[in-house]
Amino acid sequence: MNQIVDMLKRNSLLLALVVVMVLFEIAIQISGHGSMFSPQNFTNIISQNSYVIILAVGMLFCIIGCGNIDLSVGSIVALIGAVAGVIMVNNDGNVYMAIAICLLLGILIGAWHGFWIAYVRIPSFIVTLAGMMIFRGIALLVLDGLTISPFPPEYLRYFTAFIPKHRADAFTLTTIVTLILVAVYVVAVIYDRVSKLKKNYEVETFASFIFKMAIVVFALVGSGFLLANNKGIPVILVLLTVIVLFYAFLANKTVTGRRLYALGGNEKAAKLSGVNTNRLLFLAYVNMGFLSAVAALVCVARFNSAAPTAGNGYELDAIGACFIGGASAYGGVGTVGGAVIGAVFMGVLNNGMSILGIDANWQRTVKGLVLLLAVVIDVLSKKRAR
Amino acid sequence: MSNTAALLEMKNITKRFGKVTALSNVNLEVKQGEVHALVGENGAGKSTLMNVLSGIYPHGSYEGDIVFDGEICHFKNIKDSEEKGIVIIHQELALVPYLSIAENMFLGNERTLKNSNNIMDWPRTYQRARELMDLVGLDEDPRTLIKDIGVGKQQLVEIAKAISKNVRLMILDEPTASLNENDSQKLLELIDRFRKEGMTSIIISHKLNEISYIANSITVIRDGSTIETLDNNNHNVSEDRIISGMVGRALTDRYPKRQSKISDEILLDVKDWCVSHPLNPSRLVNDHVSLNIHRGEVVGLAGLMGAGRTEFAKSLFGKSYGVNIHGDVTFKGKKCQFNTVQQAIDEGLAYVTEDRKGDGLVLMNPIAKNMTLANLEKISSRSVIDKDKEMVIANGLKVDLNVKCASVSQDVGNLSGGNQQKVLLAKWMFAEPDVLILDEPTRGIDVGAKYEIYCLINKLVEQGKGVLVISSELPEVLGLCDRIYVMNEGRIVAEMPRKDASQEVIMSAILRNSGKKKTTNSEE
Repeated sequence: MNQIVDMLKRNSLLLALVVVMVLFEIAIQISGHGSMFSPQNFTNIISQNSYVIILAVGMLFCIIGCGNIDLSVGSIVALIGAVAGVIMVNNDGNVYMAIAICLLLGILIGAWHGFWIAYVRIPSFIVTLAGMMIFRGIALLVLDGLTISPFPPEYLRYFTAFIPKHRADAFTLTTIVTLILVAVYVVAVIYDRVSKLKKNYEVETFASFIFKMAIVVFALVGSGFLLANNKGIPVILVLLTVIVLFYAFLANKTVTGRRLYALGGNEKAAKLSGVNTNRLLFLAYVNMGFLSAVAALVCVARFNSAAPTAGNGYELDAIGACFIGGASAYGGVGTVGGAVIGAVFMGVLNNGMSILGIDANWQRTVKGLVLLLAVVIDVLSKKRAR
Repeated sequence: MSNTAALLEMKNITKRFGKVTALSNVNLEVKQGEVHALVGENGAGKSTLMNVLSGIYPHGSYEGDIVFDGEICHFKNIKDSEEKGIVIIHQELALVPYLSIAENMFLGNERTLKNSNNIMDWPRTYQRARELMDLVGLDEDPRTLIKDIGVGKQQLVEIAKAISKNVRLMILDEPTASLNENDSQKLLELIDRFRKEGMTSIIISHKLNEISYIANSITVIRDGSTIETLDNNNHNVSEDRIISGMVGRALTDRYPKRQSKISDEILLDVKDWCVSHPLNPSRLVNDHVSLNIHRGEVVGLAGLMGAGRTEFAKSLFGKSYGVNIHGDVTFKGKKCQFNTVQQAIDEGLAYVTEDRKGDGLVLMNPIAKNMTLANLEKISSRSVIDKDKEMVIANGLKVDLNVKCASVSQDVGNLSGGNQQKVLLAKWMFAEPDVLILDEPTRGIDVGAKYEIYCLINKLVEQGKGVLVISSELPEVLGLCDRIYVMNEGRIVAEMPRKDASQEVIMSAILRNSGKKKTTNSEE
């Protein structure tokens, strides 16, 4: 029992998310607005928040490396959306070429920021504030102040479609995929535990091992069930899963990730340990540019348009998600999982309040308060621990 | 001196930090109108004593009495002592670079308009600043920014600031450490002039020639105790006399014995190493430094703080410090150039920093992650880290080095200084170097942990590595090293085998060479 309490304490953010979801569900049920966990709404939450999750993952790497942030991502999303629109809609360009050009452009913009921040050592706040204005301006120039739409269906299907194509197959296929995922997960964690025990490595207690596994399986089955009862698995969810798993692996398991944490934790120590800190910081911004481009492609597909105001305020959502997810504003601390949960947290707040019909201005206020509260609780709980 | 009334008496001051006794029954008596010098090695307790006097360590945290002007004082903070007229001018000047001379002079003590205590009275500020600057002989516009004047003049600003507070006892901590000869001379003359006008001052300095020249009395502190107070009114106390007071201590077996297995093979040979200061390239921080380390040898690099030893180590270690670095390096028999830290590590050089919190450890990361940071290649394949392997290695190092912690997943920041130092050492042992440069490896750690670190050093050289120990503690250098280089003001001034070395020899090598070199420093 103590172990479970301890684990809940360590995963307090996840717990808070569950509590908030339950509270919303009760409020929504009582007020007769249906349910937050209707299959339709569940799919909505995923597609509504996909871009925030992608941006938050990129932002997290900037924050870990020395507490830098990138204010320009919203403007980059607008600019790259505009470029995509000009190529695909105005000039009937090849879809794949358009995607490649957009991703490359994102990388170049990231390199532009990274150069000033990592090699010339201009504070990231200033560089990306300038970038925010520069790229918003260029986006407006490219669009000439107009909105471009609609996008070709062969482009949209890569981001807004569902697997399978026909709704009739949705239930069977989704169920099968869910069961396979559950099986793979369970086998993988059991194998990992057994091989660790064999080598006499440290393992967590059996109770917490089972508890953790039960939660993940429950979440997988639950989401699988909801998706199965709607149109199946959204393509965007597959893309998100790949991105999140890849970056979680990068942060946790690779030399690059380890060095980035060391850079954020103590730059001088990292340098004296042979870490090329400048290059690492540069790469964090190149990566941010790349993921901004991915988010831009997702956004234009979702709205089926490239608008001058696209991406407004996205940078704040992404930064907020990282901080709610436990990243430190001074760098060196933060996890991909935390950033994703932070993004989902904000998404659930948006979605729940929208269903309840709460005024948009109030929604903003509440989100701000939640961000502050999350960080205050984090800081206070750490103080008490000492 | 005819005036013999004591202005300040510190009686039986004892100050403990946990189990460590920093000061034990220290007595200091400063007479009205004299310049009193306080001398002792680094770590002897001079600064601690001054911190007790100024209230940085408040009344109640130490034992003993401070009697100032005939009355027992209970200072709770610096403000209390300043109200009595006791002002300390620290070695690290506490001036704001982007404020003007006048603004700095009255910082915290601003001249305001008559009917207000918040609106600055600029004419009066500048007027008063002018008067004070004339008093200390500082010829500048009071509107000049602090960053635009040299260190010597900044020192004068500090003194003017002290005078503006109606100072009765002025304490100068290493006032001439960063000054060139000319500025030092001017400063000493100024202190002497103030003395004639009746000011009392305490001066802490390593430059014994200056002390014999200016001080009326000299108190020697060693190992946290007062050794003696010498009368120097006739300026007849010799430097040798002061040195023997400072270092006269018998060496006990605080240093583990080892079988010397020095081979003829030279692991690291550095010739004519020159490094310039990064912000002031005309200033040489290392001036044609040459030294070598044999396989299986512990070499000491002795000197005072600021002698250029850390700068030598850092500039050698992948050019981590300084500009215009040049010199010949032969490493394990072949010519070498370490252009990056990674290259130096790959070749087999390790630098264990003196500042373990500032640039040694990532305090918010666990012990295990700190131990492997300099050699992640060894625990990873194709850039993917094997965390289980990491845990095994970290646990092994923890046992080998006797790191006292609950688990290697614990954050390094929560460990004691001695254990942090062991983690830092473990990190560099895991990098598998051939030569280790240990910069102040036992600074601020207790005697027991020190002994363990010495044992580890012995183990390293038994394995055939070469170790360079940079230390400001002479007993440590003497107890530990096979051969000793002495560095002063960026140059190697002496080299001696252990059998010829003693504290007196080293101290005189340092002190006799102090201030002899004309600095290329272009401060006016």
